[in-house]
Amino acid sequence: MLEALEGSAAIARAVARCRPGVVAAYPITPQTHIVENISKLVADGKLQTELVSVESEFSAASVALGASAAGSRAYTASSSQGILLMTEVLFNISGMRLPVVLTCANRAIGAPINIWNDHSDSMAVRDCGWIQLHCADNQEAVDTSIQAFRIAEATELPVMVCMDGFVLTHTLETLEIPDQDMVDRYLPPFRFDRMLDPKNPLSLGTLVGPEYFSETRHLAHQALMAAMSTIVDVDREWQDLTGRSAGGLLSVEGPENARIGVLAMGSVVSTFREALDTLKTKKKAKLINLRAFRPLPDQALRDACAGLSDLVVVDRALSPGFGGILGGEIKAALSGMAKMPRIHNVAIGLGGRDVPLEMWSRLLDVPTEDAGFRILDLEPAKLGDTP
Amino acid sequence: MTQTTNDPRARQPRFRGLEAGHRACQGCGEALAARLVTESAGPDVILTNATGCLEVFTTPWPQSAWRVPWLHSLFENSAAIASGVEAALKAQGRRSKVIAMGGDGGTFDIGFQALSGMLERMHNVLYVCYDNEAYMNTGIQRSGSTPHAAMTTTSPPGKERMGKRHLKKDLLSIIAAHHIPYAASASVAYPQDLRRKVRRAMEIDGPTFLLVHSPCPLGWGHDGSETIEIARLAVQTGLFPLVELERGEVASVMPLRQKVPVSDYLKLQGRFRHLFVDSDHRAREEREHLQALADYNMERYGLFGDGDDPFDADGADTVRRGGPARA
Repeated sequence: MLEALEGSAAIARAVARCRPGVVAAYPITPQTHIVENISKLVADGKLQTELVSVESEFSAASVALGASAAGSRAYTASSSQGILLMTEVLFNISGMRLPVVLTCANRAIGAPINIWNDHSDSMAVRDCGWIQLHCADNQEAVDTSIQAFRIAEATELPVMVCMDGFVLTHTLETLEIPDQDMVDRYLPPFRFDRMLDPKNPLSLGTLVGPEYFSETRHLAHQALMAAMSTIVDVDREWQDLTGRSAGGLLSVEGPENARIGVLAMGSVVSTFREALDTLKTKKKAKLINLRAFRPLPDQALRDACAGLSDLVVVDRALSPGFGGILGGEIKAALSGMAKMPRIHNVAIGLGGRDVPLEMWSRLLDVPTEDAGFRILDLEPAKLGDTP
Repeated sequence: MTQTTNDPRARQPRFRGLEAGHRACQGCGEALAARLVTESAGPDVILTNATGCLEVFTTPWPQSAWRVPWLHSLFENSAAIASGVEAALKAQGRRSKVIAMGGDGGTFDIGFQALSGMLERMHNVLYVCYDNEAYMNTGIQRSGSTPHAAMTTTSPPGKERMGKRHLKKDLLSIIAAHHIPYAASASVAYPQDLRRKVRRAMEIDGPTFLLVHSPCPLGWGHDGSETIEIARLAVQTGLFPLVELERGEVASVMPLRQKVPVSDYLKLQGRFRHLFVDSDHRAREEREHLQALADYNMERYGLFGDGDDPFDADGADTVRRGGPARA
């Protein structure tokens, strides 16, 4: 049944369908509506879970860590500064191979303080060993949230579901929340073999010296790489059940013979989908929606880019002193291709700057401009005399 | 022929949560305290452990000295991961007790916020702080728990300084302000008292807190064989009063029988060596300052009680060692 729901409310409902044993909640804009909605579901008796309203994001992630290690399905959500405050714990959760699920309502990082959307937060923790999946719209966010628990529990890896703050979290869309029976069929009860249990006492989080540390890193990398096939399988199964795919590792749309490609993640993909359908542009282009940023699907990317002469990589964050983060990664992933497209990298929509439909046409001009990485929607007049 | 007479294992209790063979220093107060705590708590527990000596010396992969489930995550989140473990147990209807552990650095300082949150949310967790009064795992740096005037590597004495400039944080009073069902201080020098306090905390369904004074021979500068004697003197001088708090109110104290000057405690430890340089007038002032702090504790907690008490700081655990003659 289709309903008109705010993104955050939809995520809360989807998470509730997954029957989490423990939810750790701490407010931060634009994530707050998610934990508010979960709290209301608990208060109304519609969700049986241990809701732990913690005193910081650091403890939110820590509570999720402890709950998962003790054998409960654990969920939390955050944004921006909250993700940064969690960072140390995020590395720990993946290092201990705990299947925690977290929603990141993507938001910029200060200073200057800015509460609006870009991808600085999840990009800042790209190396923390979590699976990171991006959502183009709220239906994808709902479906991905449910899939995330399946993926996490199958791989013993934590999953971060990235959805753009405000643009998705605060927007009403018509979407479908799968009914409880369907989710119960799809997602088996939580089971964690290394659970803390006095009957079988294990030590988790022990000290590992140089003689074993490389092996732990190797295993972490292997686990992330192996998760690619899980992400694909879990999405395929979801499609069989609901008729909807949430985008696998990546998806490609637009004319097959196009020589220009635009690669993006998150809600701008929805904007560009609309542009593909409605804007009459002289240039033809494919749209590559990268859903899995970690693990980065290098082979799927190469396949998607085969036959392209130019690829415009759209970043929603940047690494000062380097340039676009996604751009750099895509260059690395495609290098060595027999016919590697020319890669052009721009950042747009930083700190919530609007990305209008017309941005699509603007991006298609980028390959002719022969310029390096830049913030494409910069307004130079506002720079004044700043050196 | 019996073989039990000289076998020390025959004298050990049946259950040990922390097994022998770990890598703690000789005379480590924290190892002793952790053994006593887990012994008293029994096998139906789940432990969390802040980063620190205890975590390091008990779990060098692929070995572990723990016979109970044990979880270590980070320096500052022992209380928060314990909150998560407890929430999960509640969600699953399991009844094992959760014990969170940390040193003074992980409790007084970097993990303080997580601890306060855990207490405020009333998780059913016993938090045990092994207080050795400095960051020992990183090599003896001052913490919020380091006593005034003590020497550490970041509070060295010199021309301009006499060790730590600030006071030991009164953590127990801050804990008391959370009005949790039970909080207490204990000492490795009084194992019966420590065990009783652990057992009492274990029976309470709610947050409880135990501060265990645990000398560190390396950090305090004393011989490993003197750990118990020094811990006992900390109590007897009034510098580390043993008290019990219920809902934030003082419910009992371990009384002192006679006044022991703080110098008796200080002079045994290298970390206070600079307080015994006769030519330095500051040394006497700092000793007086520390005596005043002990006197304040005696008055505040009424450590001399109403009269003789068989369970006072001389009698409680020390009777079989003789103890000082009664006046």
